[in-house]
Formats: sequence, structure tokens, C-alpha cells
Amino acid sequence: MTAFRIPGKGRVNHDTAVRFRFDGKSYGGVEGDTVASALLANGVHLMGRSFKYHRPRGPVTAGSEEPNALIGTSRGKGRFEPNTRATVQEIYDGLKAESQNKWPSLNFDIGAVNDRLYMLFSAGFYYKTFMWPKSFWDRVYEPVIRAAAGLGVSPSEPDPDSYASRYLHCDVLIVGAGPAGLAAALTAGRSGSDVVIVDEHTEMGGTLLSEDQVQIAGQSAWDWLSATLDELKGMNNVRLMTRTTAIGYYHQNMVALSQKLTDHLAAVPGNAPRERMWRVRANQVVLAQGAIERPLVFDGNDRPGVMFAGAAQTYLNRYGVKVGERAVIVTSHDSAWYCAFDLADAGVAVAAIADTRDEIAPEFAQMAADKGIEVLKGHTVSSTTGRLRVKSVLVNPVRNGKVGASRTIDCDALLMCGGWTPSLHLFSHTKGSLNWDSEAEVFLPGDKTEACHIAGAGRGLWGIARALEDGANAGSEAAIAAGYATEVGLYPVEADRTGGGVTHKELPSDRDAGKAKAFIDFQNDVTAKDIRLAVREGMRSIEHVKRYTTNGMATDQGKLSNMNGLTIAADAVGKEAPKVGLTTFRPPYTPTSFGTFAGYHKDAHFELTRKTPIDGWAEENEAAFEPVSLWRRAWYFPLSGEDMHRAVARECKATRQSLGMFDASTLGKIEVSGPDAVEFMNRMYTNPWTKLAAGRCRYGLLLGEDGYIRDDGVIGRLSQDKFHVTTTTGGAARVLNMMEDYLQTEWPDLKVWLTSTTEQWATIALNGPNARKLIEPFVEGQDLSEEAFPHMSVSECKVAGIPARLFRISFTGELGFEINVPARYGRELWEKLYEAGQQYDVCPYGTETMHVLRAEKGYIIVGQDTDGTVTPDDAGIGWAVGKKKPDFVGMRSLKRPDLVAEGRKQLVGLLTDDPKTLLEEGAQIVADPKQPIPMKMIGHVTSSYWSEALGRTIALAVVEGGRSRMGESLHIPMPDRVLSAKVTETVFYDPEGERLKA
Amino acid sequence: MLLIHCPYCDETLPELEFAYAGEAHIDRPEDPSAMTDEEWRDFLFIRNNKRGTHFERWRHINGCARFFNAVRDTVSDKFLTTYKAGTPRPSDAELEELGK
Repeated sequence: MTAFRIPGKGRVNHDTAVRFRFDGKSYGGVEGDTVASALLANGVHLMGRSFKYHRPRGPVTAGSEEPNALIGTSRGKGRFEPNTRATVQEIYDGLKAESQNKWPSLNFDIGAVNDRLYMLFSAGFYYKTFMWPKSFWDRVYEPVIRAAAGLGVSPSEPDPDSYASRYLHCDVLIVGAGPAGLAAALTAGRSGSDVVIVDEHTEMGGTLLSEDQVQIAGQSAWDWLSATLDELKGMNNVRLMTRTTAIGYYHQNMVALSQKLTDHLAAVPGNAPRERMWRVRANQVVLAQGAIERPLVFDGNDRPGVMFAGAAQTYLNRYGVKVGERAVIVTSHDSAWYCAFDLADAGVAVAAIADTRDEIAPEFAQMAADKGIEVLKGHTVSSTTGRLRVKSVLVNPVRNGKVGASRTIDCDALLMCGGWTPSLHLFSHTKGSLNWDSEAEVFLPGDKTEACHIAGAGRGLWGIARALEDGANAGSEAAIAAGYATEVGLYPVEADRTGGGVTHKELPSDRDAGKAKAFIDFQNDVTAKDIRLAVREGMRSIEHVKRYTTNGMATDQGKLSNMNGLTIAADAVGKEAPKVGLTTFRPPYTPTSFGTFAGYHKDAHFELTRKTPIDGWAEENEAAFEPVSLWRRAWYFPLSGEDMHRAVARECKATRQSLGMFDASTLGKIEVSGPDAVEFMNRMYTNPWTKLAAGRCRYGLLLGEDGYIRDDGVIGRLSQDKFHVTTTTGGAARVLNMMEDYLQTEWPDLKVWLTSTTEQWATIALNGPNARKLIEPFVEGQDLSEEAFPHMSVSECKVAGIPARLFRISFTGELGFEINVPARYGRELWEKLYEAGQQYDVCPYGTETMHVLRAEKGYIIVGQDTDGTVTPDDAGIGWAVGKKKPDFVGMRSLKRPDLVAEGRKQLVGLLTDDPKTLLEEGAQIVADPKQPIPMKMIGHVTSSYWSEALGRTIALAVVEGGRSRMGESLHIPMPDRVLSAKVTETVFYDPEGERLKA
Repeated sequence: MLLIHCPYCDETLPELEFAYAGEAHIDRPEDPSAMTDEEWRDFLFIRNNKRGTHFERWRHINGCARFFNAVRDTVSDKFLTTYKAGTPRPSDAELEELGK
């Protein structure tokens, strides 16, 4: 048994010992302990160092709102988690935990020198101190500040754990399983409604777990709790979930729950998910989240050993742990008096209760006297002493606003209570309004935007009896609203602990306020002085004060600090708190792992990989792949020992000399059919379609209504009323969306049907002088001669016995065919053609070679050579715009003043002076390389490749007034040198197009 | 996540099934060529960005794929109503009734 554990006391299992390590040292705890309770049982309060000043810190709370006791936990490679709250992490045999933000050790930390330099680190210190010289910011100041300030270290390896996610629908979701939540669950559950009740702790009960003295309906609190949970578990319509935090409250009563599944287990079952995200859609929500204790603000309120009175009570009654041997209570609220009495009853020496109030209930004074506790009414705390643990507290009487001389009282635990703040985070997520209760000086829930009910301490009600009553009513209202009839139970309570209190700004002191380290935000090291400084320096809104001081911006999201920060800022501004405002609470309520949000959407499930029917062949033939939108495409097919450059050069050469084959299945395909198909095509595309005969193709150009190029592709007319439209690989879905938009909303009178057929067709492109020779023997029902089937023809025929749509088109400048067959025949046909192609040394090629071959011909790729600000004329394809058409999408915009202005960027070719120099795609172009920086940039390189056919590099670029610069030398400044190139036409190879007719 | 009523499916379904499609009731002019530069600019670029009730288009992209119209309060992010493309916008009186 450890020194501070009281045998048999509390709800932990004293008979089951658990061993764990903290900072390398082995400690003993018992089943049911958190890291914090187990360390406290060993007399350890020092659990971390603070963010900025590296001050020694211990736990101040016993729950998820903990700002100080943050630890890293590890289960081995990739399973390290920083910033875990020691007050929440359960211990198990073999747990390894370590403290954070210290070097070399927790007891002796070099960074604590910051504490002495606190004048440098006041509010806004980044903005003031590190302004000069400018260049030092990136290289010196920021890295040093980031290394010195901070919380845990982020994990550096991929997380191997799995995370689950589920949807859930229910009538009533109850958040919080304290007395209010449980009473709500009983009422709603008994009504027959579908109830879900969640609690972030390991067991349900809330305050009841720390207050075993209360009698409910004639039973002890814990017997009542046990009976209540048994009853709820016995109802098929009630689901109880522990270790489950409601992290966010979203529209239409959707609440996100983060459920921890394995972090408390010594042995994790194989493949068990670590956490599960529940997306609950509830008809009604009951928020029974209780209240969070509020710190008192005085010099040295952050030393290890200074904690909430309520937390000390929880450690004592729930975990059977004494937080010290000699305690002093300092409070402005009645609740801390009960803590003092419980501690005294458990054998802790309570040296004194210092209450800021002048009037105390006589029965409190009497009970204190009975237990031999000194009572100091109308007192303040002016300071504390002790380095790694509080040693003493200085208390002063306050009479008529004057602070008297201090008196030092030795203690190893200083237990404070500055009142209670209703927990309204989730309610705030819904944009529910908050009303200021000027008497209690708290915000209470006001107007609601969602179907929710707030019960218990969350709306300022104090005591178990009121919480039970209010919870039962809220559960009833919720169940009735969901359509059930209810009966509200009665819960008579004896030995309840009620009372009230007052709240304060900084406690009055006789010491120099300028030197006081009176903390408001423990986690971000914000003091009262910082808040006042921010106001002096002109911040008036609490939103500005928050950002200037970082108050409330740490991982605890201001659960402890927001109200004190607001009270002090309001005092400094000289206005009432609500006039200064409250910062907005945002999800998540507590830190939540990325894994929980990601759920199943990781690795291969993060984004699907689309594969063509021929992908398997490419993989077996060792293709290198590249992603193109969601597709995985064969990039090039390296022979053994080849790098990409050599492979692509070989593929290009083979295609131009004899025959290349290419998997073009990813090409977007849309079938446009119906009596009005041609009219629809006329309105959508720039080109005229009426006179295009069935069996012929045309290059189609699609603009946005703003006149800029959106997409392109070859379109074949299969019959009078049917078009086979192809789009860019990445643009298919966008184009279909755009077509549907116009068809459904602008021209609903047109009789046209649009069908995405991208995945229905496998497309094999054959290019090269021997392309016809290869396929001729396979084709049935179509004469392939130049006369019968010229360039830009399409035919529905059979290829190798498979029904096919055969196109004679070319994206390489060579004689070319594209065979579309139903996707399931794609690989079969590919293999047949590949086998037959051996006589022509057929060469499978990938997307890189496709890019080189098309660039040699000056064919653009939308999205690479165009960027959403390029018109048809800019791209040099004004010929594709029908001149006599009455209208098409984007036509009017082509006459916009900016689009007809001189000097627009135009697509041109670039040939570098040195034929071996390869320009970088995206590189900026200037006319005069000697001009001062910043230079005037007149364009950029859009495509750049090594051309095997030309034996040199080629590039495409958009350049201001490009077509009037033919032959001009332009310059491309790079980090190490300036490159020069001449402007040329965009067609580098076979400008007459003779090879198409081969 | 919002729940959105598709007026074609007549079902209230999660936002994941839908895609936003810009402001509603901006008709493409009958004869764009007849428009002045200013009129065409307004059609192309000028949008309401209203604080409060906003008429907008959505598409049930992962469902029936139809475009439809909606009235949403941009402050509360609540839908007042949805209706089929081509039907007239609800009157102010109707919207006031829906807002209650």
C-alpha cells in the first residue's frame, strides 16, 4: 500500500495491484486508478513543466479539463501519444508514461530560466521582442521559441492502429451520466423511448462518485447508483456508453462521440479498433454536463500541490487517495468546506480554511470548530512558497478593502475553489445564446437553436437533489417531445451538500502586482498581469485579448481560464463581463486523435484508386505508375536497367518508327443521345455540329460561360441522334456536371439524355506507321482504307469479334486508331493486339511518352497548357470556334473587353539556345534578364520534354503577345543561372501533318 | 451535418449526398449576344452573398442527380425550404411562415 492511499476507501479495486512506469521509474497503483491518482497515492504531485516558463506543475483537476498534468504515453513503434491528461489516462500493467516539456529532467529543467526572464515573455512578446533583425525570425527566433515553448512532441511514425466509425439514431441522447443525466435516462428509458447515455469517465455517476455521503431514496449514493445502472442496463431501449466523449454538437441534433476502446487495456486484442467515432442523430438531446470548478487567481497558484478542492475530494472519495498530509483550503464557495471536512475525517491535517467572504454559514463554522480546523473569514491569499511542491501559503486579512499583514501557514496541499462554471461548450457549438447571471456571475443557457434540454449544474443548479429533479424533468420533456408518455420519478435526498459562493478577479494582495505570477491559463502560462497589459495596449474585445495573450488557446480550450480571463479583462476595461464578450467554444470538446476523425478512411481507403481493365497487364509487365486524378495510369514501361528518360526515348522512337500501343481507357466518355442531341452539342461546344456527318469526328472545345477553356476532346457522331463525347481524364465528372446543369436548368425542353460511359469502354490507342496493318485483319464490318475511313472517322464495327467503336484519330501525329470495346474485353483485346504486334515490334507506352508525342505536335493538354484564364485564341485554337453560330456557352464572353485586349498571354513554342537544356515546367519567363528584381514576368513554361524525334528539348509556354514574338529571345531566370530560348510555332514535328495519312 | 430535403426524391437525406451549386434564380439570358458588357458582367459575376435568407441551388449528386432550389438562412445555416428547379421562388410571406 502506498503512503497516501487509504486502505479500503473509494471505488478502486485495492486488491488488484497494477505497476506502471512514469519517467522511467516504476510505480504501484491499483485497478481503477488514473495515472494522476496513482502518482498522487505515491506522493508525486510534480507531473509536468509549463508551456512557456517551464514552471513545475502538478494536477489541478481530476478530470478531462486538466491543464497541467499532460503526459506522453507509448505502446511502442508508432503508438506514442503526446498531451494525454494524466487525470484521464487509466493505468494498466506495463503502461509507460513520461512527462513533457522538460530537459534534462522533470526535477531539473534548464528551460526554467524562462521563468526568471518572464519580463521578456509577457503578452504579445513575439510581436515585440523578436522584431529585429527581420532575417532572424525564420532562422533563429522561431526555431528557438518553438523548441523552448510547447507541449508534447508529435509522433513521427505512422499510426498502426485502426479506428472505427458508426452512425446511430435515437430518440434521446443524454450527454453526461451524473445525477442529472441518470435521472433523465431513467425517465426517458422508462417511457420506452430509444435512449443513449454517454459519459467520458470510466464509470457512470459523475459527482455521485465523489460524494458517497448522500442518501438518495433511502439508499446510499453508491447503492442507488448501482441499482440505477442495473435498471438502465436491463432496458433494451437504453444504450450506456462510458469512456465516450461528446466532442461536438452539430446541425439538426447530430452529436459526434469519441469512444476510447483500448487505451486502458494491458493486452489489446488483435485488430481491435483503438477508438470509435459515433455520429449520432438524436431526436432530442439532453445536456447534463455539470459544472467545472474555477481557479482563484493569486501569486503562485500554479505550484504542484495547489489544486481544486473538488479534485482533492474526488481523489479522496473515489480513489481513496490523500492529496497531502497538511492541507489549507482557500475558497470563495461553500463547496470547498465539505472538502475540508472530508479530508479531516480521513485523517488529513487541515491547517486552515481561508474564505474570501466575511459571512459564513454558522453551521460551517461550528463543524470546522468540531474538527479542529482554524477558520479565517474575510481572508485573501497573497502568495505561496515551494519549488517542486507547495510548502506554505501566505494569507492576509482583508478589512474594508485594505489588505492586512500576511501570515504564513505551512502546508503540502493548497486546495482552492473560486466557484463553478456551468459547462456549456456543446450548447455553444449550436450557437445557443448565453445569458449573463449577474448575481452568480456566470453565463447560463439562453435561447436554443436545436431540440435540446439542459439539466442540472449546467444551468446553474446546485446540489444533488436539484440535479436529480431537474434531470428527471429534462428526460421527461425530451421523451415527450420525441412522442412518448412519461412519468417523472421522485428522488428524495438526504445529507445533500448545497450552498453558494462568490467569484473574484485577482485576489487582493499586499504584494507588488507587477511581480505576481497569478496564473489564469495554466497551460499557456497566461497571468492576470498579461490580461491587464493587453487591455492597456488597446485590446478591448475579449476576442482580441484572447489572441494577444493566448488565453484559452491551449489544448484545454479555456475550460479553466475563460471566465477568469473575462472577469479580469472586463475589470480592466471597466465594463460588465457580457459587454466584453465571451469567446466562442468550438469542437472538439476535448483533444481528439486524428485517427478517430479519419476512421476507416486511411491508407488504401483514404481515396480510392481507379484502375483500367488493362491495369493488371501493365502491373505484370512492370510498368511505372503515376496518379492522374483518381486513376492509376501506366507512366512508362522500363526495360531492365532503364531509367525513365531512356525508357521514354525508346517508347517515342518505337511509336514513330513502327507501332506503339497505349491504354487510353481513363479518357472521360459521355454518350449524348436523343432527338435534340445535335442542338445540345451546338449550344455546349464552340464547334458547329449540325453538318458533321454520322461516322465522322471533330475536335470539340468546351468553354465556361466566362469564355475560358474548360475541357476538350474528340467527339464522334455515331448517328443523327447519338454522339460519343470524350473528355480529359480528370475533367469527365466536371463536364458531365456542367452538361447536366445546362440541360436540367436552362434547356429542360431539349430531348437529350446524358450517360457517363467512361468505365463501360476500354480504350486502346494504336499509333505509328504500322497501326493499320496491325488491326486490319482483326476488323470486321469496316473498310480501313484511307478513302473509306479517313482521319477523323468513327465506326461501330467488330474488332477481334468484339463489338467495338473504332476511331481513326491521333494524339501523336502518327497514323492512329482508338479501339473502344466493352470494358470486360479490354485486356483480352490488348493481349491479342500485343501478340499480333510482335511482327511490328509493337511497343506499349505510358502517359509520359503520350505527353512527349503530343507536345511534339503542339497538341494542348487542358489544365497543363491552360489554367482557367486561357481563351481559344490564347491557346491558338481559335479555328475550333464556330464563327457563324448564334450562341454557345461562353460565346458572349469572347467579346469581353479583357478577352479581346492586346497583349494577352498566348501559347507558343520555346526552343532553348542549348538543345540539351530542359526547362522546368512552371518556370517564369522575362524579356530582359538584366532588369532589377522583382522582374516583370511575361509568362511561364507549361510543358517541357526531351524530344527523341528532334534530338533536342522542346517546350510550350504562355507568353504575353507570344505570337508576335516569333524568333525573339526570351529568358528564364533560375536560381543558379539564366536560361535563354527562342519563341517558335507550337508544332515542332511534321508541321504539314503528312504522317497522319500514312 | 445538415439534412437536406430533395424535392424530387421527397426524402430528407444527409448533406453528404448533395453538392452546392451556387446562387439560384440567375437565368441565362435568351440572347447573350444582345447584352451590353455591363449586363453580361452582372450575369457572370455579380452575386448576392446575403446575410440571412439565401436562394441557392443544390444538386442531389449522389442520389437522383437532379438540380433543385433551396432557401437557406446563412446565419443559422438552416434550410427554410427546397423546391424543384423551374418553380417560382417562395414569396416573402411564405418564407416568413416557414421561418417560424
